[in-house]
Amino acid sequence: MTNSIDDLEKAECILVIGSNTTEGHPIVGLRIKRAVMKNDCKLIVAEPRHIRLCYYADQWIRHRPGTDVALLNGMMNVILSEGLADEEFIRERTEGFEEFRKVVEQYPPERVAKICGVDAEDIRRAARTFAGAERAAIVYAMGITQHTTGVDNVLSLANLALLTGNLGKEGAGVNPLRGQNNVQGACDMGALPNVFTGYRPVSDPQVRETFEKAWRVDYLPGNPGLTVVEMMDAVLRGEVKMLYIMGENPLLSDPDIKHLKEALEKVDFLVVQDIFLTETARYADVVLPAASFAEKEGTFTNTDRRVQRVRKAVEPPGDAKEDSWIIAQLAARLGYDMGDVTAAKVMEEIASLTPSYAGISYQRLEELGELRWPCPSPDHPGTPILHVDKFTRGKGKFSPVDYKPPAEEPDEEYPLVLTTGRLLVHYHTGTMTRRIKPLNELVPENRVWINPEDAEKLGVIAGQEVAVESRRGAIKVKARITEKVPPGVVFIPFHFGESPANALTNPALDPVAKIPELKVAAVRIVTGPDMERMSFVSSD
Amino acid sequence: MEQVRLSIDGVDVVTTSDRTILEAAREAGIRIPSLCYDRRMEPYGACRICIVEVEGARGLLPSCATRVTDGMVVRTNTEELRRIRRTIIELLLSDHPKDCMTCESAGNCELQDLAYEYGVKDTRFAGEQHHYEVLADNPLIERDYDKCVLCGRCIRICREVQGVGVYDFVNRGFEAVPGTPYNRPLTETPCEFCGQCVSTCPTGAIISIPSKGKGRPWQVKKVRTTCPYCGCGCQIDLHVRDGEIVEVSSPVMVGPGQGNLCVKGRYGYAFVHHPERLTTPLLRKDGELVPVTWEEALGAIANRIHKVLDEKGPDGMAFLSSARCTNEENYLLQKLARAVVGTNNVDHCARL
Repeated sequence: MTNSIDDLEKAECILVIGSNTTEGHPIVGLRIKRAVMKNDCKLIVAEPRHIRLCYYADQWIRHRPGTDVALLNGMMNVILSEGLADEEFIRERTEGFEEFRKVVEQYPPERVAKICGVDAEDIRRAARTFAGAERAAIVYAMGITQHTTGVDNVLSLANLALLTGNLGKEGAGVNPLRGQNNVQGACDMGALPNVFTGYRPVSDPQVRETFEKAWRVDYLPGNPGLTVVEMMDAVLRGEVKMLYIMGENPLLSDPDIKHLKEALEKVDFLVVQDIFLTETARYADVVLPAASFAEKEGTFTNTDRRVQRVRKAVEPPGDAKEDSWIIAQLAARLGYDMGDVTAAKVMEEIASLTPSYAGISYQRLEELGELRWPCPSPDHPGTPILHVDKFTRGKGKFSPVDYKPPAEEPDEEYPLVLTTGRLLVHYHTGTMTRRIKPLNELVPENRVWINPEDAEKLGVIAGQEVAVESRRGAIKVKARITEKVPPGVVFIPFHFGESPANALTNPALDPVAKIPELKVAAVRIVTGPDMERMSFVSSD
Repeated sequence: MEQVRLSIDGVDVVTTSDRTILEAAREAGIRIPSLCYDRRMEPYGACRICIVEVEGARGLLPSCATRVTDGMVVRTNTEELRRIRRTIIELLLSDHPKDCMTCESAGNCELQDLAYEYGVKDTRFAGEQHHYEVLADNPLIERDYDKCVLCGRCIRICREVQGVGVYDFVNRGFEAVPGTPYNRPLTETPCEFCGQCVSTCPTGAIISIPSKGKGRPWQVKKVRTTCPYCGCGCQIDLHVRDGEIVEVSSPVMVGPGQGNLCVKGRYGYAFVHHPERLTTPLLRKDGELVPVTWEEALGAIANRIHKVLDEKGPDGMAFLSSARCTNEENYLLQKLARAVVGTNNVDHCARL
């Protein structure tokens, strides 16, 4: 997030797009609701599904899945043609405006209305509300990023914020909600194939030299590595022989489970370090028992860049060990001494090598409770709002972005759009929440959400078991008939191993971010005797 | 907002004009007792426990709902105030079960604390008492309205903070009680099971079922940590008794949630002690995963890494780090991949 969670209550307008906030990020959802209830903030929800935030919204735009760029270009077209842009901000703090304008001019609301399946007047109204607010914030999540146009979607949101001068000030900003407790931190720490800590590129010889010295090695590779989906492809091509997986369950979280099963079966040696024998761990050659969050010291970095402490409350069960101990032990057996790997000590090393974490230490966290990066020195208070006086690259850059349809659109054979997501009571691949009795009692099993219109056409009734099939596989799941999904769209949460949504999803990637298109796939629903000839994917 | 100066119990207090007397007093370290007050919500002024004397004011004023003004002279603990508070407590106890011995909230009950502080052992007002049915219509939240003091905190937090509004007062007069629409079970209302009502209830009227009987406040150690679920980063206190997490709460006005949690944050801790937790390294032998020592497991991995390095070079290996692990562990894993093995094939599920 460019701004902080607390900041949301200062916004006059919030655009929530591609985020079912009250279920995926309930506490951010709570702050958004409060902004509406207490401060009369105008909430615009752009989302194909009817989500709880729609009840609080000034306006709900139900656009077709995968048409975000068109919608945003349409809004920006209105802002430009009605003279609602922040000209001073554009003049002083941005570049690339003219090229951007040329593209946006090609998206008049009437054209966009057809692409998105919404009313042109609704696009105008949203544009006026957003641009008319003194402080307008954008909030998004995986509904924006998990597309083959994920990067384009994000760039469009950045364009909207630049166009209306909504960066570098309170109650505004471009605010991605990170889905996991420490996904922000894992990125900050360089658990990515192309960067070291603090997003410094592995391709930069100077950066490599810094790390070579600090880590006492002669050579660090400069070629960016493989992303998670690419790794699995490389396994199938015989290029990657060994996978080491710490605390992840790709079998359920990644697109196209069949493909992933093939990779896990094919890889010569699989190591999984986890707290449970996950669906993925069942394929492992070695399984290492790890300590859970409650059994270790450390830090997590949340979605608004807040570094906060994790503290040990109980002992790990049996012979389970902290991940840091396991990694250091393995390094030692490979001839490398990692030294003292207690959490506070490791943070010292991180701070010494990472300018944005340079001022963060356990002592300061103990005193202050939290610090937001960038925190470049031990006397720096942290940075709740990014880009206040200037952008990291100097000027804010407008990016001309054209609308491209999703990789797989519905056709005669697979006439429905499948979109996936989370439910409030369950979490990600369900490894934790599905083992918690009261939570599992509240939502014990999966459902495919079908609009009543489609259900009638298909002859499906509530609770009926149906097959949902895509070009990649089929699953068996009971139907929930609800107007919360529009006609032509079905929704399946991905928490359930026995009917895994990701058996159906499309592994097509965004060309830049390499993120798979989990939010749009073409599927069909099969019922009755036709189901008998089908084979179904489950995580077992 | 202006600066104001006032006197509370003879102490000179400087604060700002947006503060209430209760807030100004607490900031100055002067405790005024309260029952219907919770910092997460707007003042309500229902219980009258926090009444104070203000010089020149007509009658006694609820300090939670009265803003400070310059030159105000406030007294919070006079004999008259104590007498009135004692009467209010007696009235509350006249329709309250005296089962503190087994009540889930003993030691964490604002009514019990008041009775203790004001020495109210019994009530002069013997009269009719309610005997409601205990409502356990869902796996998480139990309601026993015999213990309700009608402070409205559950109603207000659900409406004002959670924005849901599952509860409201039903019936009137002596029969008034918080309830759901048509007294439906919580599972049939829009309830999100966040447990904010549990966290604010001053007595044992609304409690968490999973922590029932698991430990008194003085038997548990609270450990402040960060919630392990989504990226909000809520601060939580794990209540630990004899090595077991028995409850989760959130410190009020601290961190992103400011004391509020969601259903996963508040009730999603039992996985830590689940019998299926992995407790020993496993190595595949003859197709089966069998328990081995750390020495054997780590040795097998190291041997295999050497073999891959010989045959394929460093890029024959790939590492998946974890958005669930700490910063320090992620740092170490990418260091292992880059510095020890020599590959940039390291990623995690940021994209999933």
